[in-house]
Amino acid sequence: MYKIVRKEDFSSVTKLFEVEAPKIAAKGKAGQFFILRVDEKGERIPLTIADYNPEAGTITTIFQEVGRTSKDLGKLEAGDYLVDVVGPLGESTEIENYGRVICVGGGVGVAPIYPIAKALKEAGNEVISIIGARNKELLFWEEKMASVSDKLIVCTDDGSYGQKGFVTDAVKQVADEMEINKLWAIGPMPMMRAMAATTKPLGIETIVSLNPIMVDGTGMCGACRVSVGGETKFACVDGPEFDGHQVDFDLAMRRLAYYKDEEKRAEAATTCGCGGGCGCHK
Amino acid sequence: MSQVKIKHEMPLQDAGERIKNFTEVALGYNEETAVAEANRCLNCKKPKCMEGCPVEVPIPEFISLIKEGDFKGAINKIKTKNSLPAVCGRVCPQESQCEKHCIVGIKGEPVGIGRLERYAADYELQHGGAKPGQKQQSTGKKVAVVGSGPAGLTAAGDLAKMGHQVTVFEALHVAGGVLMYGIPEFRLPKDIVQTEIEKIKELGVEIKTNYVIGQLDSVDELLEEGYDAVFIGTGAGLPYFMNIPGENLNGVYSANEFLTRTNLMKAYQFPNYVTPVKAGERVAVIGAGNVAMDSARTALRLGAKESYIVYRRSEKEMPARREEIEHAEEEGVKFALLTSPTEFNGDENGNLTSMTCIKYELGEPDASGRCRPVPIEGSQYEMKVDNVVLALGQGPNPLVPRTTEGLELTKRGNIAANEETGATNKPGVFAGGDIVTGAATVILAMGAGKKAARAIDDYLNNK
Ligand SMILES: Cc1cc2nc3c(=O)[nH]c(=O)nc-3n(C[C@H](O)[C@H](O)[C@H](O)COP(=O)(O)OP(=O)(O)OC[C@H]3O[C@@H](n4cnc5c(N)ncnc54)[C@H](O)[C@@H]3O)c2cc1C
Ligand SMILES: Cc1cc2nc3c(=O)[nH]c(=O)nc-3n(C[C@H](O)[C@H](O)[C@H](O)COP(=O)(O)OP(=O)(O)OC[C@H]3O[C@@H](n4cnc5c(N)ncnc54)[C@H](O)[C@@H]3O)c2cc1C
Ligand code: SF4
Ligand code: SF4
Ligand code: FES
Repeated sequence: MYKIVRKEDFSSVTKLFEVEAPKIAAKGKAGQFFILRVDEKGERIPLTIADYNPEAGTITTIFQEVGRTSKDLGKLEAGDYLVDVVGPLGESTEIENYGRVICVGGGVGVAPIYPIAKALKEAGNEVISIIGARNKELLFWEEKMASVSDKLIVCTDDGSYGQKGFVTDAVKQVADEMEINKLWAIGPMPMMRAMAATTKPLGIETIVSLNPIMVDGTGMCGACRVSVGGETKFACVDGPEFDGHQVDFDLAMRRLAYYKDEEKRAEAATTCGCGGGCGCHK
Repeated sequence: MSQVKIKHEMPLQDAGERIKNFTEVALGYNEETAVAEANRCLNCKKPKCMEGCPVEVPIPEFISLIKEGDFKGAINKIKTKNSLPAVCGRVCPQESQCEKHCIVGIKGEPVGIGRLERYAADYELQHGGAKPGQKQQSTGKKVAVVGSGPAGLTAAGDLAKMGHQVTVFEALHVAGGVLMYGIPEFRLPKDIVQTEIEKIKELGVEIKTNYVIGQLDSVDELLEEGYDAVFIGTGAGLPYFMNIPGENLNGVYSANEFLTRTNLMKAYQFPNYVTPVKAGERVAVIGAGNVAMDSARTALRLGAKESYIVYRRSEKEMPARREEIEHAEEEGVKFALLTSPTEFNGDENGNLTSMTCIKYELGEPDASGRCRPVPIEGSQYEMKVDNVVLALGQGPNPLVPRTTEGLELTKRGNIAANEETGATNKPGVFAGGDIVTGAATVILAMGAGKKAARAIDDYLNNK
């Protein structure tokens, strides 16, 4: 059992958990994720490790409530326990001194981009961070991002805070003014696809972190397969970071939608209180 | 006493009924049948049967105890050598192991050794009463076991009995390896696997689940952190794909994914259990080994109207156990033999709709002695399918090999280990089971775990 030691509500659907996992806190690196189960009947879902506290023996994750499991998760409070936490999983980010880099976090993608920006900064890079959300309410960790960045640009789609517009626009502006050696972009698939399309003509090497459906997270099932440069890769062991210019985003997005009907049923099953046994959700 | 030529039949759940549920197909002998079957054994002085058992179960001795009605005695006898008898009695390929050598098998059917082993094991599960294995005095040595499949569990149990302090590290949230995530509930109930694992824990073995070696600790780090030896039993967990067009369409599963969702995550109880799995109206399973049979039979139980085995060779070459093929046939699994897909086709949402197949004929025998399948030109046709399960075999999972400095591997990426001792080229590091041999059987993995335990004990005593 893994104790939740702290919970923070960033918005009605975005939440932070700090979870006791001393070994992961000591070993994990930027770019890695973990898999959890809420309870014995629960699904295994992957979440990125957004921060590590080796001294306290905790890891931090920020998630958005999008369906059954993330909503079940959101109902837990500090002091509650998760039945399973396994990690760190995936390859960590290749951290070097590249020179000047951009770190882009879109929506809940701000969480996974933070440890990467932090590590890049510690490695001596000039870090320009760009974070964006649909509106002000959905923004979080602005100060934390600022603390690991030489420059921080905040965008909202509706202009309710920071500069109005998409993160892709901000990247174009920055790239117009100065040379960029490498870029990381993490967020919803459409945002990463748009980012890759933006940086390709600019010739900026672009790393994205893919979030396909996973089961084991150890390379055993192949559920997480994605196509990169025409080759099939398992995101859980070969990734989750890949060259954004090589990723087949259409395929990745179609694969994410495979269980749409089941996801609705799984969510409906919580509402009548029978836990799914009554057959009314068939 | 006159010799009964055939094995007492195993009572089965009716085929029409069992495809509607996930409960066990083979129901097990009752007391009367068990004693009668035991009476077929000649109690040979030089029991040939034992040559076929990789874990050295004292077969005539335990069968004699069953004859006498001493079922507790029988299970205690088995447990001196085999820590997973209820599992082996169910899934050992007995026809090519112990029973293959049984003397009674020359003139009739061999003694049903596996069925009797299962009877004794189930008797204990129901009535309790077996002695925990004998434990020797603590040696103060620590051994790490990586992977909790049959190889790791056997090594762990044996090492604990020898007095060593054993910790098992398992990547998944439950122990058991393929016994939990691969082999379906209807062949091997998961409660039974867990009960047998509990018995191994009672020997003092600690099992740490959710612990991926190669990520949390490397093998080298385990040695540095104070383990005196490491046994690697990480299995063959990397699914093979065909590398043909359309393989990444929604609806194309690896058998590992299909079975893991169903067994480990209990998707057959969706939405009560939250993990989904899909088996549409028509499912095609590519391959004809045990894994393929399990997948095809699982698809029927998940509600598929038609479930096909698609295999590019003929019936004779199908690698699955005869019994599994028969059970599949009884349940209505259909066989499209000498056939293989060349392409998967989908709709605009990326969902699988059909596969293009090509027919084969058998040509000259190849190096393995099996006839080589040759595609027949112009024989392509389209088969409508909602789901495809690829059961083409598995390779070694690279997580541990990749992160263990200087560990010698074979050409196929398996760990190179001495067959008799499991010793690798790294001092103190041993390996066994599917990670060494490639995908094989439960009992061979257990045999490898047993041999390695002995070798590790020697190594620790001389250290
Ligand atoms: C490596 C990785 C890191 C991730 N990091 C984060 C993170 O830091 N914060 C965050 O909010 N989300 C993250 N995700 C996505 C998160 O795992 C999904 O949002 C979550 O699984 C949804 O489950 P659900 O039951 O709530 O929703 P569902 O209703 O089941 O699904 C909603 C959508 O989530 C996706 N999804 C469903 N099941 C899985 C699964 N088992 N694995 C992956 N995706 C699935 C599907 O696209 C689905 O359409 C990450 C995913 C991956 C693969
Ligand atoms: C569907 C199916 C049906 C089968 N049917 C039969 C049958 O009827 N009869 C039979 O004899 N055999 C059968 N087999 C084969 C048999 O199950 C295997 O040969 C046997 O389980 C191999 O045992 P193992 O201990 O080597 O590995 P596994 O059982 O594969 O166990 C390996 C364990 O190691 C864990 N692991 C892997 N990497 C790591 C890591 N880095 N860190 C920590 N843990 C790790 C895995 O999660 C797993 O739990 C079947 C196999 C399958 C897939
Ligand atoms: S363990 Fe397997 S091979 Fe050995 S006696 Fe039992 S059934 Fe036969
Ligand atoms: S060979 Fe057959 S008859 Fe002889 S002891 Fe073994 S099981 Fe009994
Ligand atoms: S999640 Fe199973 S292989 Fe990646």
